Amino acid sequence: MTRAAPQSESVVEAGYNFAYLDEQTKRMIRRCILKAVAVPGYQVPFGGREMPLPYGWGTGGMQVTASIIGRADTLKVIDQGADDTTNAVNIRRFFARTAEVPTTEATAEASIVQTRHRVPEDPLAEGQIIVYQVPQPEPLRALEPREVECRKMHAYKEYGLMQVSLYEDIARFGEIATSYSYPVMVNDRYLMSPTPIPKFDNPKMDDCPALQLFGAGREKRIYAVPPYTRVKSLDFDDHPFAIQQWEEDCALCGAEETFLDEVILDDKGGKMYVCSDSHFCERRRAEGHRGRLSEGAAKAYAAAVGADVEEA
Amino acid sequence: MYVAVKGGEQAILNSHKLIAEERRGDTAVPELSLAQIKEQMQLAVDRVMTEGSLYDRDLAALAIKQAQGDLMEAIFLLRAYRTTLARFGESLPIETAGMALRRRISAAYKDLPGGQVLGPSYDYTHRLLDFALAAEEGVGAPEAESAESGIEAAIPRVTDILNHEGLIEEEIALDDAAPVGDLTREPLRFPAERDLRLQNLARGDEGFLLALGYSTQRGYGRNHPFAGEIRLGEVAVEFVPEELGFAIEIGEITVTECQMINQFAGSAERPPQFTRGYGLSFGHCERKTMAMALVDRALRARELDESIEYPAQDEEFVLYHSDNVEASGFVQHLKLPHYVDFQSELQLIRSLRKRHAQDRREAAE
Amino acid sequence: METPSPLLRVRNLTQAFGPLLACADISFELHSGEVLGVVGESGSGKTTLLNCLSARLTPTNGIVEYDLRGRGLTDIYALSEPERRLLLRTDWGVVMQNPRDGLRMNVSAGGNVGERLMAVGARHYGAIRREAEDWLAKVELDLGRMDDKPKHFSGGMQQRLQIARNLVTKPRLVFMDEPTGGLDVSVQARLLDLLRGLVRELRLSAIIVTHDLAVARLLADRLMVMKDGKVVETGLTDQVLDDPHHPYTQLLVSSVLQV
Repeated sequence: MTRAAPQSESVVEAGYNFAYLDEQTKRMIRRCILKAVAVPGYQVPFGGREMPLPYGWGTGGMQVTASIIGRADTLKVIDQGADDTTNAVNIRRFFARTAEVPTTEATAEASIVQTRHRVPEDPLAEGQIIVYQVPQPEPLRALEPREVECRKMHAYKEYGLMQVSLYEDIARFGEIATSYSYPVMVNDRYLMSPTPIPKFDNPKMDDCPALQLFGAGREKRIYAVPPYTRVKSLDFDDHPFAIQQWEEDCALCGAEETFLDEVILDDKGGKMYVCSDSHFCERRRAEGHRGRLSEGAAKAYAAAVGADVEEA
Repeated sequence: MYVAVKGGEQAILNSHKLIAEERRGDTAVPELSLAQIKEQMQLAVDRVMTEGSLYDRDLAALAIKQAQGDLMEAIFLLRAYRTTLARFGESLPIETAGMALRRRISAAYKDLPGGQVLGPSYDYTHRLLDFALAAEEGVGAPEAESAESGIEAAIPRVTDILNHEGLIEEEIALDDAAPVGDLTREPLRFPAERDLRLQNLARGDEGFLLALGYSTQRGYGRNHPFAGEIRLGEVAVEFVPEELGFAIEIGEITVTECQMINQFAGSAERPPQFTRGYGLSFGHCERKTMAMALVDRALRARELDESIEYPAQDEEFVLYHSDNVEASGFVQHLKLPHYVDFQSELQLIRSLRKRHAQDRREAAE
Repeated sequence: METPSPLLRVRNLTQAFGPLLACADISFELHSGEVLGVVGESGSGKTTLLNCLSARLTPTNGIVEYDLRGRGLTDIYALSEPERRLLLRTDWGVVMQNPRDGLRMNVSAGGNVGERLMAVGARHYGAIRREAEDWLAKVELDLGRMDDKPKHFSGGMQQRLQIARNLVTKPRLVFMDEPTGGLDVSVQARLLDLLRGLVRELRLSAIIVTHDLAVARLLADRLMVMKDGKVVETGLTDQVLDDPHHPYTQLLVSSVLQV
């Protein structure tokens, strides 16, 4: 599964430092990471650098990854759960070029997983690091646009307003109408944005054996959840947190408890559901698992997305 | 037809080939040279250097060519390059009073030491398309006559003249003990001091600052500005190498400086006095420096104990939204796939609609 | 017999804005269950005084002490900022003249009342809602409007909502700045009635700033008359209004009687 870095594209020789950032900057970022690990959920301001990718496209996650990656590491990059989305491909290629590290699509084989919007379905293990790309690190931002005031609210643990927004949801919709970026309390102290992962993935953050790092490039913040830390999704006693559920299973691999993408097959309402975690789904199919629509579905899917689906 | 965002690497490489082809355009037309951009699109080069915060006309010209003339993209290219450069230290503050002037105007005084020097300016051109510029044979080698007496060296700044009478606040004295902040190294924190605010504004988007500066004139934070002085010219850059211990000149740069003079009512401690708003850019960016000076003054509301009511006075609002590299990246990241979040919202909407329909049914029964 | 210690003690409070003294050397005590009216025309320093007393404006000089639960009389400006903020949303209430300043206009009426409960840790939606319903009923707001946002409420309704939002944590001390200002006369009368009832029923202590002597007469046990930043007269409400001593108080009272 693991691929060696393509030597032809390497820019390490062309005057750029290993993993692009200079060592001084990496040290500064690692100090911030250490601080973040020491105070779980607290947003540490850091001297974010301009990266050769646009802000909002993963510059924070890339700076974190660049600062911790070494030659012995194996990198997996996903976007929306998939390894082959353009942005994931682009970031993986960036590190293959600048750090010459091997890359992989297999979650278990990766020492560092950089992600946007998902946590892999395969449980993470001790020794692994997952790096989240963060567009907006401040969970209170939508309620309070002032940075100074937000920092006070965190410092004094004044989170009543966040709870009010959940109250408003229930009063209006009968349930908490937040389906992603669902706010969490870390270590019973700091309110934290889990980044725009679906709330389906929130429970994976709790008591996770892997180190979880979060980098926000544009907003210049780093935060962290150390291994085996309590991460609780906000809720009410009588409206407990619940994750998304689907009435269907994955049409390709038959998985019952994964986050599913909806694939539109035609303009007459025809659709099917497939695992958003592309590697997880492939592995299951390789192991012989089949979805309810099985071969037909696989072909329809292949036709719709132009992807290769290996024959059973 | 459903087009998946999957497919990846090959598509990206092909897309790059396509831009290269489009950038070149019709190959029957001669390719644009960097020298042409540098010499004939100076104001674009100046803007890219200013907001890219790197004084290098060649690299700015390269960035403009590479970006097909998209100046924000060019600014981004220059910034991404700048961030990889080693830092040797800080120059001494440039001395704009000693500027070799090419243009210098004041709207506050009709006549003043050193006089008004109009210099190169579009201000009094009639904005009529000049079809002579479209002629196949080109414009030849236009030449301007120079005045018989040259411009005096070291013309005092208008603010210095006012300063003699104590009518304007003192320029903040250089404090060697307090290092100048650098927001490309340290994250912006609030309240932000003036050094960081000015750095942010100097790098800030011209259009954004123009709109904010304009808003202060229209009543959203009125501060009665006068264009005390605008000057354009060359200044020496001096640097003190540690091993020498004294300043040496390492080069010359072109800058535009704008000093706005604004009213201030005074407070218990301070008598009524004019205050300053400051703007500076690389090259010739006059509109930018004027807008910057207006916004700089508006942002001093906290320091001058004025009430903060308008966007231009709100430092979090201004400083967080002025950078076009940040803004452009974040606005355009909406192009990236969001289908996991969208799927989550789809699910939620379906469930809310179901509940809604159920409630309606129950209400009807 | 030992006199019980006051709930609030103010000593030599002065607030200067440049050369202007908004409050000059003000001292007084407020005891539990007492309602103090601060009267005077606009510009007399009443609102500045209220801001200083309610921990929202640090006075230039002087001390404001409050009888903190479990700690006794404590200088409120010696408290840390989080302690002051906690005090302001638990044991104290502040009713602003303009409800827009005291309410979250984009949060439902129920959410506005529930906010303080959630801020101190309430996490049972049903219980929060019941408590909010109770308070909305107490201030005579239609429960059918509970999930509506106050921006669609009338001025009188907004003011009643603001009162409910403040009282839900059962504060011991409430500061009110012209609570009936800007309302129609008939709406004012109803609100005053309501306030008088709540103050008696909950045994609230309150400091009410008003330029309206009728409001002071109805609500306050004691009055403090302010002019140009100074207290010119104090005493029991009836005493001050029926037998004013200071010429300025006499002027105030006569002008109101002419109405």
